[in-house]
Amino acid sequence: MSIEIRDVTKTFGSFTALDDVSVAIRPGSLTALLGPSGGGKSTLLRIIAGLETADSGVVTIDGADATRLPPQKRGVGFVFQHYAAFPHMSVARNIAFGLEIRKRPKEEVRARVDELLRLVHLEQFGDRMPSQLSGGQRQRMALARALAVEPSVLLLDEPFGALDAKVRKELRDWLRRLHDEVHVTTVFVTHDQEEALEVADEIVVISQGRVEQTGSPDALYDRPANSFVMSFLGPVTQLDGRLVRPHDIEVLGIEVRDAVAGVVADVQRVGNEARVRVGVGGAPPVAVVLTRAELRALGARVGDTVWLRLAAGAATLPVDDAALAGSHPAAGVGEVGRALAGASSPRG
Amino acid sequence: MARRGPVALRVVVIAYLVLLVAWPVSLVFTGAFANGLAPVIETFRDPLVLNALRLTAIAAGWAVVLNTVFGVGVALLLVRRTFPGRRLLAALVDLPLAVSPVVVGLAIALVYGAKSGWLGVPLANVGLDVIYSTPGIVLATTFIALPLVIREIIPVLEEVGTEQEQAARSLGAGPWTTFRRITLPAIRWGLIYGVVLCLARAVGEFGAVKVVSGNLIGRTQTATLTVEELYMNFDREGAFAVAAALASVSIIAIAIVGLLRARTERRTS
Repeated sequence: MSIEIRDVTKTFGSFTALDDVSVAIRPGSLTALLGPSGGGKSTLLRIIAGLETADSGVVTIDGADATRLPPQKRGVGFVFQHYAAFPHMSVARNIAFGLEIRKRPKEEVRARVDELLRLVHLEQFGDRMPSQLSGGQRQRMALARALAVEPSVLLLDEPFGALDAKVRKELRDWLRRLHDEVHVTTVFVTHDQEEALEVADEIVVISQGRVEQTGSPDALYDRPANSFVMSFLGPVTQLDGRLVRPHDIEVLGIEVRDAVAGVVADVQRVGNEARVRVGVGGAPPVAVVLTRAELRALGARVGDTVWLRLAAGAATLPVDDAALAGSHPAAGVGEVGRALAGASSPRG
Repeated sequence: MARRGPVALRVVVIAYLVLLVAWPVSLVFTGAFANGLAPVIETFRDPLVLNALRLTAIAAGWAVVLNTVFGVGVALLLVRRTFPGRRLLAALVDLPLAVSPVVVGLAIALVYGAKSGWLGVPLANVGLDVIYSTPGIVLATTFIALPLVIREIIPVLEEVGTEQEQAARSLGAGPWTTFRRITLPAIRWGLIYGVVLCLARAVGEFGAVKVVSGNLIGRTQTATLTVEELYMNFDREGAFAVAAALASVSIIAIAIVGLLRARTERRTS
């Protein structure tokens, strides 16, 4: 089912969480709301769910105006970062909750709960209490509980944020597969650009209460609308007055046309990746990422002169002084700065 | 030497508690049975004593019911909502603990007095006497025990948070179903604890009730007032017997609380 958000504004006291936000979510898609903490993405998700009400603007779910509907009338499933398990009910009763509220026949409830337990791989755990499950298992239970009532929209608020890295990765892959199976329109909030790029069909980048850009992961990565989106989705560096990704710069041992000369200041190897910093005089040092093979072929060492040029088809943006001056304090200067220092992968 | 301090401290604390609490309370029980079982049975056959016990039970019962219903409501309001005057309301809730029961009794008498009370005169005109009658006793007892349920529930509500309730709402539960199936089970131990404390406090109330009841023997005399009356009239066995009955209620209540607390601590550890 489609979701449409039109001109939604939400303030908490003097803080503007959402500033005239409009987003359209395609039916059946898996959409990520991506952005730094406090940027308004969770507020937007909670407004879609009816857990918060917008100060102004319209929320449409499946063509019907849902702006003033209470959460229980919206047909949405909501999954919380900290699971929100009902601690006094067994796993099976947790999952059955929405069906029992709807007074479905006992046989139907039991069959549906069994089906969902299988879907989330918790067949053995139906009689356990939530406190006896691990974090990942609890979150799968919460997902099954949300899916039990066959919601038209599934909303997940930082669903893997409380889990450790390995479980997070597993659940991420699993959510992708689950979505391919179930096809319910799904929106999840994350501040992890890798998670968004890996899982989502569509990404909405939100910062400081505004939508910065909407598009497919590839479109956002290859054609970022502004320096904020570019630096939030991955490491960036500056070459010749333009923002560019460190792996989109070619390093040459001989002088060619349009190449910028520089001196290798620092080489750091991390696994198969070589992070090279090149001083170019008059500008901040350029961070470049090469493969180990490329570095070997180049044969450059600290102090050697090299020439830098953009790879064909590289995404670049003019250096946005506003961004560098700190209009995006959460990611602007910080990410650029970190990328310059060593082209490390930013974790928002 | 290392153990000397703790041992000495323990002796002092035990001596203090025995001298101040355990010994006097035990004397109430031994005093009641000083001349055997017969006088005790006779005391509890006295219709005036039975009347007083019944009145105490009625007042305490109402106080528990009212304070439970309003206590849950007020606690939810204070924790789950923000509104102007919230802090003032929170402070007001603690007032009954801070004010002397006699002051509470006088305040109620001023408002509900049948001759000049602000609310008492119109109520008397429709035939409802509050002061010197059961409604006044219920009011005073409820007032005194008001904060106990609220103060027990508030920290539990704060700790549980709102996510479970929001999850229930998103799963289709209306406000009442959410309260009954999610909120109430979450606060149940705090609620039971609060109810038990409220009951113990209500049964033992003396000062406020003495002011508003008029102490009319056989009509508005509660059990605590009867104890005083019997004691003043040199019926020591009778006084001790009724006092022992009241103390028993409180001791049983405290024992229940202790068991509950041990149980919740085991659950959370």
